[in-house]
Amino acid sequence: MNYTSRANNYPLYIRSVPTQNELKFHYTVHTSLDVVEEKISAVGKSLGDQRELYLGLLYPTEDYKVYGYVTNSKVKFVIVVDSSNTSLRDNEIRSMFRKLHNSFTDVMCNPFHNPGDQIQSKAFDGIVSGMMVQTG
Amino acid sequence: MDPESGVASAGSFIPLNEHEQRFYSGLHSLCQADTSGKLSSGKVAELFKASQLPPEALHRVTEVCGAKRLGYFGTPQFYVALKLLAAAQSGLPVHLESVTANLPLPRFAGLKNEPEMRYSTVPAGVDGAQGGAAPASVPWTPADRSAFRHLEASAEKKEPWSPPRSPSSSPPRSPLTYRSYTYSKQRNGADSQTAYESKHSSRPMVQLEQHSSPRNYGTKPSVEHPAMARASSSERLEQQGVDDYSDDDPWRITEEQLEYYTNQFKTLQPDLGALILGAIAKNFFTKSKLPIPELSHIWELSDVDRDGALTFSEFCTAFHLIVARKNGYPLPESLPPTLRPGYMQQEEDVPDTPESAEPLIVFEDAELRPGQMDRGVKERLQPSLAATKQDLKEEACKQDVAAMRVQTSQEKRTLQLGAFPERPEPPHDLDTQMRTKTRPRSYSSTSFEDAMKKAEEPPTPPPRPQKTHSRASSLDLNKLFQQGAPGVRSGWLPPPPALPPRPTASQVSHFISVSEKTPQTKVLQPNFADFSRFREEEESSVKPDKQGPRSRFGRSTEDLTNASKQDVIGVSHSQAPQKPVRRKYHPDGQNLEAAPPPTVPFPTPAKSAQKLLSKQKREIQMAIRKNKETNAVLTRLNSELQQQLKVVHQERVTLESQVELLRPLAST
Repeated sequence: MNYTSRANNYPLYIRSVPTQNELKFHYTVHTSLDVVEEKISAVGKSLGDQRELYLGLLYPTEDYKVYGYVTNSKVKFVIVVDSSNTSLRDNEIRSMFRKLHNSFTDVMCNPFHNPGDQIQSKAFDGIVSGMMVQTG
Repeated sequence: MDPESGVASAGSFIPLNEHEQRFYSGLHSLCQADTSGKLSSGKVAELFKASQLPPEALHRVTEVCGAKRLGYFGTPQFYVALKLLAAAQSGLPVHLESVTANLPLPRFAGLKNEPEMRYSTVPAGVDGAQGGAAPASVPWTPADRSAFRHLEASAEKKEPWSPPRSPSSSPPRSPLTYRSYTYSKQRNGADSQTAYESKHSSRPMVQLEQHSSPRNYGTKPSVEHPAMARASSSERLEQQGVDDYSDDDPWRITEEQLEYYTNQFKTLQPDLGALILGAIAKNFFTKSKLPIPELSHIWELSDVDRDGALTFSEFCTAFHLIVARKNGYPLPESLPPTLRPGYMQQEEDVPDTPESAEPLIVFEDAELRPGQMDRGVKERLQPSLAATKQDLKEEACKQDVAAMRVQTSQEKRTLQLGAFPERPEPPHDLDTQMRTKTRPRSYSSTSFEDAMKKAEEPPTPPPRPQKTHSRASSLDLNKLFQQGAPGVRSGWLPPPPALPPRPTASQVSHFISVSEKTPQTKVLQPNFADFSRFREEEESSVKPDKQGPRSRFGRSTEDLTNASKQDVIGVSHSQAPQKPVRRKYHPDGQNLEAAPPPTVPFPTPAKSAQKLLSKQKREIQMAIRKNKETNAVLTRLNSELQQQLKVVHQERVTLESQVELLRPLAST
């Protein structure tokens, strides 16, 4: 399970829990960006909604699902979940994104944090870890 | 060689009875600074001061015990010194022989007294403290004190038997609150301060037992027990320092600290109930020179309502965390209970100590300055603000030129705050200087002065932005200067460099008034006119007789009806000169009577009104001459500007083409 937030298509924060093959997740997230952007430009009007990017099985071999979420400031959150764990329900994912968004805004409120920097907030880390642990 | 003999002396050469040994070893651990066996001179000095001996005696003690020779206090020296202190206190001469005498333990005034002593002297600066009693050889900076205090507290964490000592000797730990605890519990009932100065053998035991009870108040039992165990066997005098011996110690804000934080809060935001914005707080805390991630973490801990701004209690929390961090404490992962805003409210109920707030932290570039600089800077700032408004003209011409060249940061501040655009200097110089001034201001690692400046600037209309001609023209002179646009010749630099500095500046302004070069350079001319106007204003203020010509300029400056320019100049000047400027620029043109504004800097309108005719003739002729000269100058400038314009147009075209190229890529 992996979580990334990207602004302007470079990762601000990436975290993965079960396996540490982050590189694979990096790659996955990056490729999923294309899909996210496609969706963004497609929808056009209601940007920033809690849109969801449910890809289903990206690759038949490695079944994992990628969910996306975009904030009003074009910061994209990507959650990669192994399909092996009992698939999370949609609203669970939504609530996860909401929590992520809240903690992200908290990070942004910190005047010492420059937007565009890597997110180094311990509180943020804590929340993300909590979420990841909770969802397996 | 010395140490060995010293050690021997500590054990056998100096006969130490059991009490003394325990006491001295306790004090020794108190002063233990590093593992090399050297004691922190600051703490030793503190201890010596606590002995309330005259400085000469302390000097003598230092000398005799050998520390002076060695340059530091080793264990043997320390023990000898303690013995000598006891001797001195008993009235015996400070001499090595006295060491052998059977003396009572040296008495150290309750270190609780020390903070009061210290804090009362500190506002006068370290010098005051030094002048007070400290041996001259031991500089006693707030850094030392706070370091001492916190090292004690940290030492307590490491060594279980030190807690009773260290907190007690860390003076600023809310002595009053502690006193309220212990006094209520004192069994022997005597005033603890005087009591334990007199009797040390039984008292410390009693006191330590007392301490155990306050210690029970939310402190860690693990620390207490070894402390209690030790307390029963050791004799310590300085008990009255702290109310909590636990690891919460560093996280508890004392009265002095609270006062200090309050003052700091007020400098940033006068209203205690209001919020400090994040940016302001950021600049302020950045001055502590802590790394940004730590500051970020501190912010996260302290901004409990997550609003991006700090309330007073949040501010105190953050400040305290910074203080703690600077003194070596690792940042907690979560907010300690004593730092929670709710807790702070309780603390405020405790009566404040009478001591004035002192700089408890070691902001490196503002160690003493928080105490001094606050007032000093503020005082300087305010009079400077006021002064600039009134004395601008006189000062500007003379002082600023020199002052700007040789600027210290303080002068910069003073000048920055009000006297910007009145310089007769070429605006280019102004620009670069302003830019250099703005650069240190832009981000971290600046002094407290910047915080003051920031606080001060909002009230005064910041003159600086005017230079950017925010509203004036499409062509920004500053940008041109910065870019070093090709074709910018030195002559472009502001009208003045091409001209001999001041007199011609006025000529320029004169010239402008009658200039017909409005078409293309109209946009740019206002910029000239700004600068020359400044100068002209100064000139005119300096020479008050210029009412006539100026009024004429008012009439002929109808073409320069740029309202923004008007504002630019108006704002950039101090309050007084604004009025005349604006009036001149009114498009309706001024007649002579209307022009001379009846404001303070122009006291001579009445005079000129009376002697109008005769002066006018003369001045008209002068003006005509000057106009012709400035005419020539401006033609030249005009051509240069046109060249510049072409260049800039080209640049614009290239930039636009680039934007076109990049647009598809950027569209996400």
